[in-house]
Amino acid sequence: MSTEQAILILVSIVIAATPLAFAAFGELVTERAGVLNLGVEGMMLLGAVIGFAVAKDSGSLAFGFFCGMLGGMAMALIFAVLTQHLQTNQVATGLALTLFGAGLSAFIGKSYVGMSLTGLAPISIPYLSDIPILGPLLFHYDLVVYGSFGLLIALIWFFKSSRWGLIVRAVGESPTSAHAIGYPVIRIRYLAILFGGAMSGIAGAYLSLAITPMWVEGMTSGRGWIALALVVFATWKPLRVMVGAYLFGGVTVMQFYGQGMGIHVSSQILSMLPYIVTIVVLVLISRNPRTILLNQPMSLGQSFYPRS
Amino acid sequence: MSSNELERERCVNTDSSSKLRRLELVGITKAYPSVIANQDVNLVVRPGEIHAVLGENGAGKSTLMKIIYGVTKPDSGAILWDNREVSIESPAQARKIGIGMVFQHFSLFDTLTVAENISLALDSVIAPNELTERIEAVSQQYGLPIDPHRLIHSMSVGERQRVEIVRCLLNNPRLLIMDEPTSVLTPQAVLILFETLRRLASEGCSILYISHKLDEIQTLCDKATILRGGRVTGTAIPHQETRESLAQMMIGRSLPECQMVPKVPAETRLRVQQLNLPTVDPFGTSLKNINLAVRSGEIVGIAGISGNGQKELMAALSGEQPMPKGATTTICGVVADRLSPGQRRNLGLRFVPEERLGRGAVPSMSLRLNALLTAGSGDGLVNSGLISYAKVHAFAGDVIAKFNVKCGGDEALASSLSGGNLQKFIVGREISLQPNVMMVAQPTWGVDVGAAQIIRQALIDLRNAGVAVLVVSEELEELFMICDRIAVMADGRLSPAIPASETSVEKVGLWMSGAFDEATVLEVQHA
Repeated sequence: MSTEQAILILVSIVIAATPLAFAAFGELVTERAGVLNLGVEGMMLLGAVIGFAVAKDSGSLAFGFFCGMLGGMAMALIFAVLTQHLQTNQVATGLALTLFGAGLSAFIGKSYVGMSLTGLAPISIPYLSDIPILGPLLFHYDLVVYGSFGLLIALIWFFKSSRWGLIVRAVGESPTSAHAIGYPVIRIRYLAILFGGAMSGIAGAYLSLAITPMWVEGMTSGRGWIALALVVFATWKPLRVMVGAYLFGGVTVMQFYGQGMGIHVSSQILSMLPYIVTIVVLVLISRNPRTILLNQPMSLGQSFYPRS
Repeated sequence: MSSNELERERCVNTDSSSKLRRLELVGITKAYPSVIANQDVNLVVRPGEIHAVLGENGAGKSTLMKIIYGVTKPDSGAILWDNREVSIESPAQARKIGIGMVFQHFSLFDTLTVAENISLALDSVIAPNELTERIEAVSQQYGLPIDPHRLIHSMSVGERQRVEIVRCLLNNPRLLIMDEPTSVLTPQAVLILFETLRRLASEGCSILYISHKLDEIQTLCDKATILRGGRVTGTAIPHQETRESLAQMMIGRSLPECQMVPKVPAETRLRVQQLNLPTVDPFGTSLKNINLAVRSGEIVGIAGISGNGQKELMAALSGEQPMPKGATTTICGVVADRLSPGQRRNLGLRFVPEERLGRGAVPSMSLRLNALLTAGSGDGLVNSGLISYAKVHAFAGDVIAKFNVKCGGDEALASSLSGGNLQKFIVGREISLQPNVMMVAQPTWGVDVGAAQIIRQALIDLRNAGVAVLVVSEELEELFMICDRIAVMADGRLSPAIPASETSVEKVGLWMSGAFDEATVLEVQHA
């Protein structure tokens, strides 16, 4: 394998990992506030289809991303109203959201099937990207990839050092106590759910505007579920989520190359690999029940009724 | 002194005494759909006064405090703060005007540190370093030692209470509300808390002290307002009253007493030896070398503050938690190490867990079905696999009548009952099933004084009938009332059980902080 080929593989790993990281980061914030939103897949699909449709019609990728994000947030808003105001069960509502998202995105995207557009182009950082090997490997990506690293740092800072991060954790830990001290639990959970929707929307739009710049029905192919699993196995820690996302991205790309290089294993088995490997590795990392118990938001998935 | 001067003197006096009202409640009324929690409540608290609000569970004390702290809004009535009418919309606003509250069930976050917990309740943002310094300063000033960097879940209940108090003090309160603060403390820790409260009061901070414990109120408080059924039934200066007169105002009649006659215990019915059980739950307690025997015709009490392993011990004895290797359990002479909860029940073990909803009863099932669940095939309720509903109905109705359970008949859902009433039903159900061995955790928690008496007397009657009874309770007074022998649980270890007549509240209190060792164990074994 030549150096160029190796660089190409590594770069595609980064690209494959990015949407997963975005969706999982969003879900991480939602879950830290004590809300389990299983609708990630649905929100991603809506982000993907709206992002593509808007970019195609307006000709602006940036506007496409923006509207994709709003699409994810709109789905999240439905979830928030149902679970926070009407106190519906979070698991059932999340599942319904995924099914709804699959149907709605297929409906919206009907007339866009088969169309294509020029995808998001990488930006070469002046001078740095000219460094041999490291240049193309580190300094030649699109803005969203850099954004995912910015988001990682922001989240680590948010939960570690900021007061708002502390409040979100407190709400997820014990909504009753947070309410008793005087924090608006429902409002904070709303914001966390909307943030989750926005990130899922961007993740979806990245699929349809950057990775494969077109719309295909159900194009998220389970990435929303993997993002959900990542959050749990990463024990709600941003850095571990990122590692998990890269692991998944890595195996996804490697199995493509494996197929290309003619390894004699059926392609179905190879396409299963990323899912299996990610889950097995993450289960191994987090098999200590103590770490899970200490990091899991205590009120995860439970409805909260503020009593007055 | 001329009459003119006297006149002025009086003016000044009345003037200043009217000024000396930090908090005044006028005609506070709050109704919930099924119950009136507060009706026309008046209350005056002066600066530097320790004011007791005395009442039974369900008398409306907590609702009243929530109204003052802005958690709940009253339906009518006025709150005066420094003689000016205020409307307290939220806890944040209450803190801003100088009201702090220490909750009965703490409002702390287990996985956060002390400093993080405290910073969450401060209304202004303070840099972490400065906050740590201020926490240390306040905790030193009032004799409340805490380490700002520790995680809450690793702390004892007493330490958590200190965190709550320090958290309030950092907001410089002029009124501190303490909701049943001693229910989680050892008798020694109670004395330290009282010192702290007196010091605060001497500095001018008013304290509202919520309790149903008469002796505490008599030693600590300057004034008391007594609530019953949501209404004020009187105000008093506690140390000028007797226990009886206070109880009269609180429950409307004199304090009931238990009838306990000496009895010689017979054979051992429940025995556990060398029980070592490490916990996987980071919030749990590991059991260390537990040895315990309960004989027919005696009540053995386990004292200690919740969270010292009582929950784990109960789970191991009831069979919910499989016995670890090396431990042996016998129930009525049968080795029960490998027996499931159901098999243990068949040996005559009956069990009332601390958690009523979810463990003691299925919330969404009727009382009738809940009665059937633990009765199993006993008492002919089930005949060759078929349920005899007539018998179940009779059985449940019997329990409801005998233990005076207030509910809408045996079709009422378990979740619709108040905590105290459900407790009466669960205890009554287990007692009616003719146990050989009876285990009860916190038998009278949340139950009113009258009903508590019924439950205690029922346990004593069981003992008199030759049942082996094991009672886990946080209320020392209760244990001394009904127990033949008392053991103490501290940090997963169990002290030897010694006759109640040979020990005292002080000694048990010392043991509750873990101050029993192998020497005492030997001493007792040889005695």
